[in-house]
Amino acid sequence: MRVIGRPVVRLDALDKVTGAAKYVGDMKFPGVLHAAILRSNCSHGRIKRIDIKDALAFPGVHAVVTGEKYPKPTGLYLKDRTLFAVDKVRYYGEPVAGVVAETPELAREAARLIRVEYEKLPPVYDPLSALADDAPLLHENLGDYEWAPVFFPKPGTNISNHFKLRKGDVEQGFAESDLIHEETYYVPHIYHSPLETHVAVGYADGGGRLTVWSSCQSPFAVRKFLSTALDMPLSKIRVITGYVGGGFGGKAGATIEGLVAPLALAVPGRHVKLVYTREEDFVGAYVRQGLVARLKTGVGKDGRLRAQKCELFWDAGAYTEYGANIVRAAGYTSAGPYDIPNLWTDSYCVYTNHPSGGPMRGFGMPELHWALELQMDTLADKLGMDPVEFRLLNCLKDGGVTATGEVVHGVGLTECIKTVAERIGWGKKKEGVEKGIAIMCKAPAMPTNASSSACLKFNEDGSVTLMTSAAEIGQGAMTALAQIAAEELSLPIEAVSVSCPDTAITPYEWQTVASRITFSAGNAVVLAAQDAKRQIFQNASYILGDHEMELVDGQVRVKGRPELSVPLESVVMGAFLPDGSAKGGPVFGRGTFTPEGLINLDPETGQSPRPVAFWTFGAQGAEVSADPETGKITVHRLVAAFDVGRVINPVTLEGQVEGGLVQGLGSALFEEMVFGEDGQVLNNNYVDYKIPTSMDVPAIETYFVEVAQQDGPWGARGVGELPMVPTAPAIACALKRVTGTLQRKLPLVRHGRD
Amino acid sequence: MEHVIHLTVNGTQVSGRVRSDRRLVDFLREDLELTGTKEGCGEGECGACTIIMNGMAVNSCLVLAVEADGSEILTVEGLARGGELDPLQEEFAERGAVQCGYCTPGMLMSAKALLSKHPSPTEEQVREAIAGNLCRCTGYKKIVEAILAAGGSGRA
Repeated sequence: MRVIGRPVVRLDALDKVTGAAKYVGDMKFPGVLHAAILRSNCSHGRIKRIDIKDALAFPGVHAVVTGEKYPKPTGLYLKDRTLFAVDKVRYYGEPVAGVVAETPELAREAARLIRVEYEKLPPVYDPLSALADDAPLLHENLGDYEWAPVFFPKPGTNISNHFKLRKGDVEQGFAESDLIHEETYYVPHIYHSPLETHVAVGYADGGGRLTVWSSCQSPFAVRKFLSTALDMPLSKIRVITGYVGGGFGGKAGATIEGLVAPLALAVPGRHVKLVYTREEDFVGAYVRQGLVARLKTGVGKDGRLRAQKCELFWDAGAYTEYGANIVRAAGYTSAGPYDIPNLWTDSYCVYTNHPSGGPMRGFGMPELHWALELQMDTLADKLGMDPVEFRLLNCLKDGGVTATGEVVHGVGLTECIKTVAERIGWGKKKEGVEKGIAIMCKAPAMPTNASSSACLKFNEDGSVTLMTSAAEIGQGAMTALAQIAAEELSLPIEAVSVSCPDTAITPYEWQTVASRITFSAGNAVVLAAQDAKRQIFQNASYILGDHEMELVDGQVRVKGRPELSVPLESVVMGAFLPDGSAKGGPVFGRGTFTPEGLINLDPETGQSPRPVAFWTFGAQGAEVSADPETGKITVHRLVAAFDVGRVINPVTLEGQVEGGLVQGLGSALFEEMVFGEDGQVLNNNYVDYKIPTSMDVPAIETYFVEVAQQDGPWGARGVGELPMVPTAPAIACALKRVTGTLQRKLPLVRHGRD
Repeated sequence: MEHVIHLTVNGTQVSGRVRSDRRLVDFLREDLELTGTKEGCGEGECGACTIIMNGMAVNSCLVLAVEADGSEILTVEGLARGGELDPLQEEFAERGAVQCGYCTPGMLMSAKALLSKHPSPTEEQVREAIAGNLCRCTGYKKIVEAILAAGGSGRA
């Protein structure tokens, strides 16, 4: 390996450390106008009247847009939301109107002049109340919405998706169990908190074409979303993404673009810029939804899991166009990384008058594993079994069966658990601290046809430009994909440059989400490189004759006869023969990848022999203490091991995992969106909503297992979201051993005298 | 009311006309087009807009442009000198201390202010110096390592 597995310096590193890197908010647009959004101060209400007169007459205002102009519901999986509120508002902070003005200050002042009259409706703020027969309905017209056929809304209720999984005979499994444990677990809403808030710029030209520059993860998903909502053909919409200042799922799907686009269409010929304030960012896109999880798990005296009943009630917020799929993903993963023969799962996506739930790093897995891992640790305690032994006994191994009945192969989970146990000194006493462990699994939750594509355009000097639409959100996609291209083409990494997404230029990518880019776009890059090599060898054959060829260190060689070779750069534009004639042409490799053979889950049983492209497994250990006087919880050390299939870049991989662990640490110790009695977020700033600082971070160790993913690029599988999944339960399990009490609600609270 | 201010930014004398309520971060980003300095919260909570003013790391969203009259300012764009990267920039790049990069300029400036005072800081000093700079990507480990390496080498 020349490039794969090496600590290649990120392609974007110098641009970023010099301050030259341009994010959307840094781009200059001539004559740019600025937008501000009026948001509802009512969490559930019928809009009686919107008066925009004073705002429109305000000096410097160019346009005011309200929902009535764009009433068509849109969304990724379930079309249940509009760009601006239409008829009703369903959460505190929902966009009601947008203003375009000369400056951001004028736009904000004018927005305050818009008067909205609401007829207040009774709100509902928790999923269990929202399921009651007499609960207020958020979406009376749920039955009229469109949704992808793998979702099961219940019109006339607040359930926008009911996922069912039935495997084996759960009652029989409980009958055969020697010990049954039932418990309820709680996860609050949390906020992604990228350092860059959402930013977008829209521009409508005179010919009815719309361009949106957006700090987003998924430019093609944005384009599709806008096309539906604005009733415009895809070909008239262009979405451009530069560097993204952190996403974590909050910039997936479509968010701010749905506000800036209609505003830009209202002032053709002028650029319109919208930058979320930090406060606005807390509710302006998605939040991680809350969860109430009820588990009943049966186990034999031998320690083997026999049966599990699982009810997941998701506090999915006002709109669930994206969240409906989180509920589904958690449902089909409801056995976690365990082999449980009998399962019964109901996962409910429940509308509440909270901000819209949506994707956040882990896509339901941190919430699900919070419940599962605490449950498993308790079972081990009750059995008098060591928690590591319990997990080693029950976890998925080669030939194991998942919740959906899929038989899994190439599972490195046992090795991950053993690595963590060894490195954290499991079973060895350490003065003043206790240890905890948690394990996990995750698959990319995506449509069965979610595709990636890549183009490799050769330059005259033999260097190459890689075009994909994978967004560089900090995860290092640009670098990993360049490494894959360089390895395949036997080029130095310096010879590969990578472009940022532009739906008018770069090829299709479903979304930069789900820890799927290295796997899916990586496979597309491999295929594009193979296609390029075929063209290179064809061009070379005009000079060297028809032979089997290879590409080594910038030379195209006849296999077995290295003296017969031509430099790569001499054939990337075609072949030039001694008589002056030309043959072939510029090399342009293309590759597309769709994971084939993914089969939908059975709607009644949730069973499928292959519902997802791959599974990634991992384990984490934590060392924790608590001050007996103050109750202050200290996490001293986090140790993680993940089976990544193949390490593409050890430095970027370690960095991504370290960051995920710390994000998980934040969710364990600090993070919770606190809502007031009117459904408003009370802690929408960094003084009141704490994320970890450099002072909060413990010692971190990361280890990687490499059991190759057979259909992954160079054996790699995705890992980006995973580190956040088992962190909170690992810490909670350790804390339980310190205090003797298991806390079942996040974030963990200190118990002691302040 | 407008004021004329004169200051040194990255070694260059600059002047500008600013309103009383103009923030330094906006003056730098918009008037001088030095967009390396980022804004993350506008309330002095995240540190993304950190610059060095008269030798001190400050949040440029909490400083009015008029307050910077007569001052000497260093932003991320001024870290590299004569085409040579600052050791901090080299270490951040080499050691994977950069991910999305949005906190990076502010982080670099806090680190630069620290190393100017304490060329070989302890890990504790480094962690304290960047405690006001939030990062959501890296978990800080590689950032701390990069700052220690830049300091330990005695190059800064």
